[in-house]
Parts: sequence; structure tokens; C-alpha cells
Amino acid sequence: MNENFMVIYQALPYMLRGCIVTIGLVGGALGLGFIIGIPMAVGQVYGNKYISGLISFYVWFFRGLPVLVLLFLFYFGLFSLIGLNLSAFTAAILVLGLRSSAYQSQIFRGSIQSLNEGQMLAAQSLGMKKYEAILFIILPQALRISIPGWSNEYAILLKDSAVTYAIGVIEILTRANFIATRTYRPMPIFLICAVIFIILTYGGVKVLDLLENKVKIPGYGERRGEI
Amino acid sequence: MQNNKDIIVLRVEDIHKKYGNEEILKGVSFEIKKGETKVIIGPSGSGKSTLLRCINQLTIPNKGRIWLGDEEVTHDKKDINRFRQKIGMVFQEFNLFDHLTALKNVEIGLVKVKKMDKKDAKEKAIEELKQVGLEEQANLYPAQLSGGQKQRVSIARALAMDPNVMLFDEPTSALDPELIGEVLEVIKKLALSGMTMVVVTHEMGFARSVANEVIFIEKGKIIDKGPPYKLFTNPDNERTKKFLCKITELYGKSEE
Repeated sequence: MNENFMVIYQALPYMLRGCIVTIGLVGGALGLGFIIGIPMAVGQVYGNKYISGLISFYVWFFRGLPVLVLLFLFYFGLFSLIGLNLSAFTAAILVLGLRSSAYQSQIFRGSIQSLNEGQMLAAQSLGMKKYEAILFIILPQALRISIPGWSNEYAILLKDSAVTYAIGVIEILTRANFIATRTYRPMPIFLICAVIFIILTYGGVKVLDLLENKVKIPGYGERRGEI
Repeated sequence: MQNNKDIIVLRVEDIHKKYGNEEILKGVSFEIKKGETKVIIGPSGSGKSTLLRCINQLTIPNKGRIWLGDEEVTHDKKDINRFRQKIGMVFQEFNLFDHLTALKNVEIGLVKVKKMDKKDAKEKAIEELKQVGLEEQANLYPAQLSGGQKQRVSIARALAMDPNVMLFDEPTSALDPELIGEVLEVIKKLALSGMTMVVVTHEMGFARSVANEVIFIEKGKIIDKGPPYKLFTNPDNERTKKFLCKITELYGKSEE
């Protein structure tokens, strides 16, 4: 038992450095997914049939393949084919980010479409251009509605990030595996690995819950609990 | 003053609108002079709302022209946002921006569209809310307001843009009966203050007391029009008579 603690004690700093890699990976991918996902959602709702068709194809592609297949396809396949010399970490952010943008775009699209059509009409009747109405009226409301779905995307992406182990990103699981094979003590090491993931998931979801409460529109849906 | 009253603010010329194979509007024309209030009545599905939306091009008509003063609205798509600023619109469902307070709802058009200075915009917005009796509710969100209050905010929002003409699309149809009065009061006051208005409504008492002219639309066509006393007491048209009888049965005589 004591030896287990010794192993954990010695492995912990090394594992925690993996935490930073994982957080960087997830942060980068979520950010990239957000930046691409928003215009994609807007394009799918308000764009002409060519634009929305193109976006549907993109979403179909990234949602249709296992994340591991995507990683291999891009990292070992496409990136080296076009002579793009990326580190495993950067490649992982790109692939997870592109994939996440497909999912995120659908979260945002659902939120935009759940808004009453009258919001856009009212904005336009004031003389707002369509993009202004989207920016000042539609997105501020749609983003609020999107937080619970987005929180889900965070939790899923965080856990999916562990598969980047397969292309050699030195994140938490990679490090756990490395120590476990050297010390022959898989149980305590993978337990630590699990605890770290749970803390990260719970912590992130908690932060998003707080955000959701903070930006809640007063009076909106307040009576729902009473019905 | 006499001259001023003869200025035509809005002219609608032969508007046609088709959805699929169904022709909603089959050539509607009318004009409205400065300070006039026109009330449009007619059975539901007759194209009244579509007509209002064609005026500010929220719906693009298949044929026909709209003139605001001596400028053609339907002439150039690029200019449409300039015209929309001058055509205030009030919707049946209020359509307040749910994420903004009453004050910000009124302010946002001034700041984002008219590019007004934030401080001036706020002052003007408060002034407009005062006009509809809601300055105390300025910091409440739409979900915290009653239906009647929401509609008054939406009127203030449209008025803040200093429109040349106001369009009301059944402004009281989504309201509880006891809230209709406060909204009609505001619209009446507006009519008396000389605002030019086109009002689609089923409130016959209101039509009688403020309209300069009542237009009866059915199946996409104007089938009767005239001053309210003429139309309500002694309509020439048999169809108008029938419709008014039905409406009176439904809504009671009036609230004169």
C-alpha cells in the first residue's frame, strides 16, 4: 500500500504537467470549434442553398467518422501529403477543433432556429441590416440558449482528447501509460488519471453552469419550476 | 397648415403578392396623407398583414410599387434599410428583443442604426418610454412585463426612430381583453398628435373614433372604403355589411 502512495507521489507532478497539455488541447479545439462553428450555424440558417449544402456536407463528414480515424487520416495522411509539418499537439488541436466545429455548429443552429422569427423581423423593421440583426439580436440570445449544449460538448471533447495518445501527444493518458508500464503498477496510476479527468470535467461544467446563471435573462423561464 | 396636410406620405400602387400558386394580394392601391389614420379591416387570411409587410419590404411583393413621399421604396433593394427607419412597425406579437431591457429595446435602433451617441440615445429612449407611460419599467426585461406593457414598449421602440409613418399589425389581437384599452389609448393619442398611421385591427370602436378612412379588404382586394361613419352605419357594399355584423357580434358594439 505504501509503495502505491510512493508511486503516486512521484508520478503526480509528471501527470499534472500532462493536465496542462490536455487543457491546452481542449481549450484550443473548443476555441477553434467555436470560431468556425458560429459562422457555420449562421450560414446554415441564413445562407443560400449552396452555402448551407456545403456546410451540411462538412458536418456530415466530421460527424460520420470516429475521432481516431480522423486523427490518423489528417495527421498521417493529409498533413504529410500536403507537406504540412505539424507537431502532434498542433495537429490534434486542428483535427479535434474541426470536428468540434461540426458539432458546435449544430448546437448553435438549433438555438438560432428556436428563436421566434419575429426577432429578425423586428430588427429589420428598425432598419438593421441582416448581419447587424444577427450580431446584436439573434446571437446574444442564441448563445445563451446554447450554453447547456455547449457544456456537453466540452465534457465530450475533454474525454475524447485522450485518444490523441494514439498520435503521440504527451497528454494525461500518455503519461499515465508511460509510468504504468515502467512501474508495473497500473491500478494507482490509471486511478489518478481517472480522478484528474473527473475533476477537469466537473470543474469545467461547473464553470459553465455559473456562466449560464450569470447571463440568464431576468424573468425568462422563471416560473417553469412552479408548473 | 392646409398645404402640409395635403402631402402624401405613403403611396401603395397595385401591390400583388403570391405564395406558391395562391395569390394573397391581387392589386391593392391606396395613399395616405400626412396626419391621416387609415384603418384596414377584413377577415383573417385576406392579406392585411402581408400588405403591411410589403410596405416596408419585409415581404417582397411580386408586382407593384411603394412610395414614401416622392421616393420609391421598391426601386432599389440596397436602400431598403434607409426606408425602413422611416416606416415604424408594430407587430401583433410585440417582438420585443427578449434579451434587452425595455430601455435598451428602444435604444438599440438609435445606437446601432442611427449611430446616435449613447447618452443622447438613452435620453431619447427614456423620453419615448415616458410617452407611453412606462418610464418606471425602463429597466425591466420583456419577460417581466405584461402584454399591454410589452406592446407599449414596442410602440415606443418604433417611435424612437422618428418615422414618417407607423404601421400597426393587429396591435391588440394578442392581448387579454383588459389590457387592450391601455394600448388603444396610446395609439389614439398618437393619432391625435398628428402621426400618420396605417392600422390593421378588429377593434371597430377604435376604428370609428380615430380613422379618417376605413379600408375593407377581402381575398386580396380592396372591396370597399370610405369614412368610418359611412362604412359603419350605411355601407353600400353587401359584403361589408355582412362582415361588420359578424364582427360586431363577436366584439360587441364598440368602446365609444
